[in-house]
Amino acid sequence: MTTVAAKPATMAQALQRAMRDAMAEDPTVHVMGEDVGTLGGVFRVTDGLAKEFGEDRCTDTPLAEAGILGTAVGMAMYGLRPVVEMQFDAFAYPAFEQLISHVARMRNRTRGAMPLPIVVRVPYGGGIGGVEHHSDSSEAYYMATPGLHVVTPATVADAYGLLRAAIASDDPVVFLEPKRLYWSKSDWSPDAPAAVEPIGRAVVRRTGRSATLITYGPSVPVCLEAAEAAQAEGWDLEVVDLRSLVPFDDETVCASVRRTGRAVVVHESNGFAGPGAEIAARVTERCFHHLEAPVLRVAGFDIPYPPPMLERHHLPGVDRVLDAVARLQWEAEN
Amino acid sequence: MTVQELPGAASYRPTPPPAWKPRTDPAPLLPDPEPYRVLGTDAAAGFAPAVLRRLYAELVRGRRYNTQATALTKQGRLAVYPSSTGQEACEVAAALVLEDRDWLFPSYRDTLAAVARGLDPVQALTLLRGDWHTGYDPHEHRIAPLCTPLATQLPHAVGLAHAARLKGDDVVALAMVGDGGTSEGDFHEALNFAAVWQAPVVFLVQNNGFAISVPLAKQTAAPSLAHKAVGYGMPGRLVDGNDAAAVHQVLSEAVARARRGGGPTLVEAVTYRIDAHTNADDATRYRGDGEVEAWRQHDPIQLLERELKDRGLIDEDGIREAAEDAERMAARLRERMNADAELDPMDLFAHVFAEQTAQLREQAAQLRAELAAEAEGDVR
Repeated sequence: MTTVAAKPATMAQALQRAMRDAMAEDPTVHVMGEDVGTLGGVFRVTDGLAKEFGEDRCTDTPLAEAGILGTAVGMAMYGLRPVVEMQFDAFAYPAFEQLISHVARMRNRTRGAMPLPIVVRVPYGGGIGGVEHHSDSSEAYYMATPGLHVVTPATVADAYGLLRAAIASDDPVVFLEPKRLYWSKSDWSPDAPAAVEPIGRAVVRRTGRSATLITYGPSVPVCLEAAEAAQAEGWDLEVVDLRSLVPFDDETVCASVRRTGRAVVVHESNGFAGPGAEIAARVTERCFHHLEAPVLRVAGFDIPYPPPMLERHHLPGVDRVLDAVARLQWEAEN
Repeated sequence: MTVQELPGAASYRPTPPPAWKPRTDPAPLLPDPEPYRVLGTDAAAGFAPAVLRRLYAELVRGRRYNTQATALTKQGRLAVYPSSTGQEACEVAAALVLEDRDWLFPSYRDTLAAVARGLDPVQALTLLRGDWHTGYDPHEHRIAPLCTPLATQLPHAVGLAHAARLKGDDVVALAMVGDGGTSEGDFHEALNFAAVWQAPVVFLVQNNGFAISVPLAKQTAAPSLAHKAVGYGMPGRLVDGNDAAAVHQVLSEAVARARRGGGPTLVEAVTYRIDAHTNADDATRYRGDGEVEAWRQHDPIQLLERELKDRGLIDEDGIREAAEDAERMAARLRERMNADAELDPMDLFAHVFAEQTAQLREQAAQLRAELAAEAEGDVR
């Protein structure tokens, strides 16, 4: 067996390995999208799959996102398990009708007779200096559509585990890959992948007692860094990595907030009607009597994604998280 | 002024490298200038009597189904019914040219094709009655759910046909779409994918003249909808959509071609929607009685009946038998549709995901409590 990379592996390599292992185990798994074959994907996430499994299993499609996802629907109807790549977040929008009108509801509209085990891989988010239409955080659109699972890994191990789980799922999964973590490394070994994580479970990345940072995907490293920095100011922060936005792990999140009494939701997509609004409402509804302060949100501004030379002002960084944590001193101020 | 006429333009137009040359002579892909016809022509003589009789029986049943479903709408038994009266030849031929293992991808107006393929008439109406979106198991009948968004089922047909070929099954997918649907992006993407993949799929465009109120002239500037095939690299066939034998023949050829690995075909059937778009539409606002009357004279049932009579393949008894058979079908349909549907509100949560999420379990519990309160008369 050839290994995909020497240790430490990157997230991109772990994702490739997840697809490769799934394809080797299950001949119905097909990878498709623009540039996924010969080129191996613009981020090389599908590198080598066409060579190993043939162009019928890893297919360069015409450049048409609705067509890519629409044909994947038909393939899933016939018993295949398509893994579709959308190349960039904002390029997925032409496929929204297929996603919302068919992928998300086919199981439901056929009373369970026609499930669609499709994974839609979307490299998403900013922080890589991409030009317009290459940095959107579109998770709120997907979360707002009943019938879709929405997951996003923050670690190399989770990238492997969650993608294996997504491919194994009998339901459609929108798999959001944080572009700026593609080259993040860890001591995860492709030869001994961690057990496949079930979709729908959050994880406490750092334990703490004085407040909970609720976050996911590209903002997890930001929050971990902020937690380290906050220690100097006497804050012992817990960091919860959601991993799965749908289904939402109320249990883990609320258990943490009940312990700490304070919470900040951190994500880079815009705040208005964004994921943080839903999460803050859920936490407030369930943990009101445990809260010492309102649940705060740290999010991207409510603007179209900015040009690359300005994106650092838009993306929530460590300082903005720490500012929010400081505002959790609610009792003292009021 | 073309590029070539510009001074010094030659230097801007290097000879394209070989890969830029068209791969195929488009001439064999072009449709005939006139819709293909069988009935009333010499071609009819070679047609198998059994096929013509079968088509006739199904046409008569289909017409009766349309009038019965329309009547059920007036009685409030159906939320809406998009009638295919006038288009029955396309519906019936689409169903009859397929083998059991093949798949049909109907649009919302193609209930009749699903019924002609053997689907229970009541199950076929579930969507329009409103008790569930799809009233049948698509795998059982190889009929995809009736598709309400326009043209979005076409890429599904391509994907399914492609998947079947990858698995080594000689399955063909036949996808139905209206003239308005050909303007949608999914139409383009589906045809392009089908041609590139050489997928065994047949696209049947029922050009019935109008997309609700918008006439074809405002829908496309193409010489015909069948012409669109050429740009994708597949043959386009133009056929008289009211000539059941012609539609049957053209679709049969396209299906056979797909099955033997010849790739996709785009068939445009020129027909007419005699009824309004649905019961909610007022067709008098956008078309005149004269036009409708002219098409009534080109009625698919009458065209076939004349042919059968001329060739001595049917007599008055046969015509009466077909009508009686259709009437029995309508009576059964009426009777079954007049019974109230039995609904389980908990079905709302049963089929969202393979495994219910905690959130949906909570909401299901809420509804269950509301239903219990309602049953006890505890209504606020």
